[in-house]
Amino acid sequence: MIRKFFTATFFSLAVVLLHAPVGVAHAVNLQAYQFDDPEREALFRDLIDELRCPKCQNQALSDSDAPLAKDLRDKTYEMVKAGASKQEVIDFMVARYGDFAHYQPPMKASTSILWWGPALFVVLGVTAISWRVMQLRRRRELEGDEQLSAAEQAQLERLQQELAKQRGTDTERAE
Amino acid sequence: MVEQTTERSPWRWLVLGLPLAAFVLMVGFLLKALFSDPTELSSALVGKPVPEFQLPDIYQPEKIYSEQVLKGQPLLLNVWATWCPTCRAEHEYLNQLAAAGVAIVGLNYKDDSRAKAVNWLNTLGDPYVLNLFDAQGDVAIEFGVYGAPETFMIDHHGQIRYRHVGDVNERVWANVLEPIYQQLFADYQAEQQGGGA
Repeated sequence: MIRKFFTATFFSLAVVLLHAPVGVAHAVNLQAYQFDDPEREALFRDLIDELRCPKCQNQALSDSDAPLAKDLRDKTYEMVKAGASKQEVIDFMVARYGDFAHYQPPMKASTSILWWGPALFVVLGVTAISWRVMQLRRRRELEGDEQLSAAEQAQLERLQQELAKQRGTDTERAE
Repeated sequence: MVEQTTERSPWRWLVLGLPLAAFVLMVGFLLKALFSDPTELSSALVGKPVPEFQLPDIYQPEKIYSEQVLKGQPLLLNVWATWCPTCRAEHEYLNQLAAAGVAIVGLNYKDDSRAKAVNWLNTLGDPYVLNLFDAQGDVAIEFGVYGAPETFMIDHHGQIRYRHVGDVNERVWANVLEPIYQQLFADYQAEQQGGGA
């Protein structure tokens, strides 16, 4: 029952999280950027979603109405129109605004925590939990081996008899 | 009740200590972040030569400068505009620096109009040895400018050595910029003498 509940919760959460990044809303008007080639247009859209506005911190170029974001959108448009590859545009921005300008930071010593931090936390957590579980299991096994003393054994039997008697009277009453 | 006296693992302190250590580290990290300015981005251009450009003079549209004007002596490249209130705040201090002999080149960044920018210089004083007029902000993008004011320190080879975001005032100059400027100037003089001997 409880397991079923957790499984259901887990899967619904997973579904929500998987779909979350899909519907990125565009706060700015992109009508001005016209392309003849749909592939170039798709590249342009990808880029302005992936490049970050240096002025507005946590908005993509596609999402910000800051003047600088518009300038950089124009620059991206110009470059994509002229046939630049995705990497060329990203390199252009990163060379001027640093790794900050791209929402996918490169793997470097200074960014390693972003890449390995989450995995590290999972490993630490799993280790801690399994260590604890193993410790509990070992303790339980030890307790299981323990023999009851004669007095405890006698008390256990007395309690069991009492319980059985109680049950007996309960069922009689119910009938 | 069974007491756990016999089988205490030597690892148990690690299990208690690791989360504590991780927590302390995290607190330190976040505390540092709390007092740092997230809008201050490190410039990707520090250590690189100034980008190539062609820009007109602010007073004379027909006069075109290239990046060569930023070479030959240590100087400050100050990005400013009349729409920028902080630029107004720092302007008086730039006047003082210029009077003290510091070479400052202006980069007028996407100003409303040339007339407005010239009017500003005529009324507030002109601390700049020359002023570049970047109407579209294209050259500013080449410099990785994301706001105004910004001040770049450029050595006599035309290499960008430092970028300051925000206003230049007495405190910033004394604590941050002046030591760098002195260093650049000392390097420049040493090379001048070495070349002359």
